[in-house]
Amino acid sequence: MNLFARIGYPTIGMLREVGAASLFAARAARACFDAPMYPGQIARQVMRIGWLSLPVVGLTAVFIGAALALNIYTGGARFNAEQFVPNIVVLGITRELGPVLAGLMLAGRVSAGLAAEIGTMRVTEQIDALTTLSTDPFKFLIAPRLIAAVATFPLLVLVADIIGVMGGYLVGVGSLGFNGAVYLRNTLNFLEAGDVMLGLTKAAAFGFVIAVMGCYFGFRSKGGALGVGRAATNAVVVSTVLILAANYVITSMWPS
Amino acid sequence: MSVAGKPANGPKLAWVGVKKRLGGRDVLQGVDLDVAAGRSLVVIGGSGVGKSVTLKTALGIIPADAGEIRVDGEDVTHADTRRRAALMAKFGMLFQGAALFDSLTVWENIAFRLIHADRMPRAEAKARALETMRKVRLAPEFAERYPVELSGGMQKRAGLARAIVSRPEILFFDEPTTGLDPITADAINDLIVEMVKDLGCAAVSITHDMASARKIADEIAMLHQGKIIWRGPAADIDHSGSAHVEQFVHGRADGPIQAVV
Ligand SMILES: Nc1ncnc2c1ncn2[C@@H]1O[C@H](COP(=O)(O)OP(=O)(O)OP(=O)(O)O)[C@@H](O)[C@H]1O
Ligand SMILES: [Mg+2]
Repeated sequence: MNLFARIGYPTIGMLREVGAASLFAARAARACFDAPMYPGQIARQVMRIGWLSLPVVGLTAVFIGAALALNIYTGGARFNAEQFVPNIVVLGITRELGPVLAGLMLAGRVSAGLAAEIGTMRVTEQIDALTTLSTDPFKFLIAPRLIAAVATFPLLVLVADIIGVMGGYLVGVGSLGFNGAVYLRNTLNFLEAGDVMLGLTKAAAFGFVIAVMGCYFGFRSKGGALGVGRAATNAVVVSTVLILAANYVITSMWPS
Repeated sequence: MSVAGKPANGPKLAWVGVKKRLGGRDVLQGVDLDVAAGRSLVVIGGSGVGKSVTLKTALGIIPADAGEIRVDGEDVTHADTRRRAALMAKFGMLFQGAALFDSLTVWENIAFRLIHADRMPRAEAKARALETMRKVRLAPEFAERYPVELSGGMQKRAGLARAIVSRPEILFFDEPTTGLDPITADAINDLIVEMVKDLGCAAVSITHDMASARKIADEIAMLHQGKIIWRGPAADIDHSGSAHVEQFVHGRADGPIQAVV
């Protein structure tokens, strides 16, 4: 095979995959606004995708906040800036670490779960069965999951922000010798609404990416258990990469 | 027999020159087939010849590359999602593996179309589901169970109940008796015959099981190499005059059809 073919075929294959995924995302997004809606399904997915993710997100956030406080203290001590721990913790958590780490945890929990669930429905013909029962799988299966993820991820990240700051507070007050009231005052005074908004915008975008990728790989999986396993793996890998890329794009475009 | 408002002798459902290429292979190469209301057609053929694909092209789950699908004489090959949903109200399908929704209880599976497509109140839908369960002889105590708690035969019954609950005009059965013991298989056959007679619908069944075919078929068609190579009344199956059909009916490894091992 010549060099062009060796580079060309994988490139065309990848472009085709990107195109198929984009079309899928567009169709899924459109299904969210089209009748019929299934409020019962949305409620169920809000519970599964949002509520049940709280422990994972909360635990991640508290440890990250605590570790961040320690690192900033160590680094700050090198140029006598230890007092900035609360300010930098809250900035780091709300703008970056809260949404990104919550997003990565959710990419594991949610997109793998969706890919496995929908993939199993695909290979056992349950998705075909939906169609024969006069129900559009995009509206019944995918739209409720997409809506639930985009709606609940910002709330999850808000919780992660608060718990992360609390993690920093516990370390700051417990072992770094900060006064509790001063720590909180510095946190609140320094924080701007824009920082939180940036984090929540990222969260909504990550919710979209995670739900679409989980559904996409599940929807087109084939070949039994092996195919479903591969769908779950691909969903996690691709949504993780896309989250990090989207994180950079959103941060760079955000008006500072 | 004519159904009100429908042409008296036109077919209920017809495949006209349907072609489909899948995975680099021409699976269907011009399938012509039709079935009238109140008639039961059985499609036989070897594994992987495209019997399931044939049914799925009629349902629009796998779009045909060429040819037409006609329902009541109307070309529905390229119906959009919304039209498709309306069209599906005429169809009931029993899938090869039953394809029950495993997140829903048995009665919710059976009542799925009533609740989600017809927007019937749950209580009323449940009553209808229970009534249909009685029809397919599925004991009412299974209503609140989940599909994984059912045996294969009971899953087939539940799938059958889901297919017939809203009294469709066209019924598809994809290997309804595969994997069942002979007694349960025969009970399913009886149910199918009863449903076709009961509902007066057009039925298309796929099977490898000749005993089942003889029992449920008015007519039998054989699919081979992407085409219908023989079609005739069920009574003629033993003197079809086709070497392919002969070989299939008697299950012989030697003949014009090569066994794929
Ligand atoms: N979605 C698909 N994508 C690619 N190939 C497919 C798809 N569905 C079916 N095929 C191929 O089409 C051919 C016919 O499949 P089909 O399921 O219709 O066989 P069948 O006649 O129902 O066989 P069986 O009796 O074993 O169920 C097979 O070779 C199969 O691999
Ligand atoms: Mg089949």
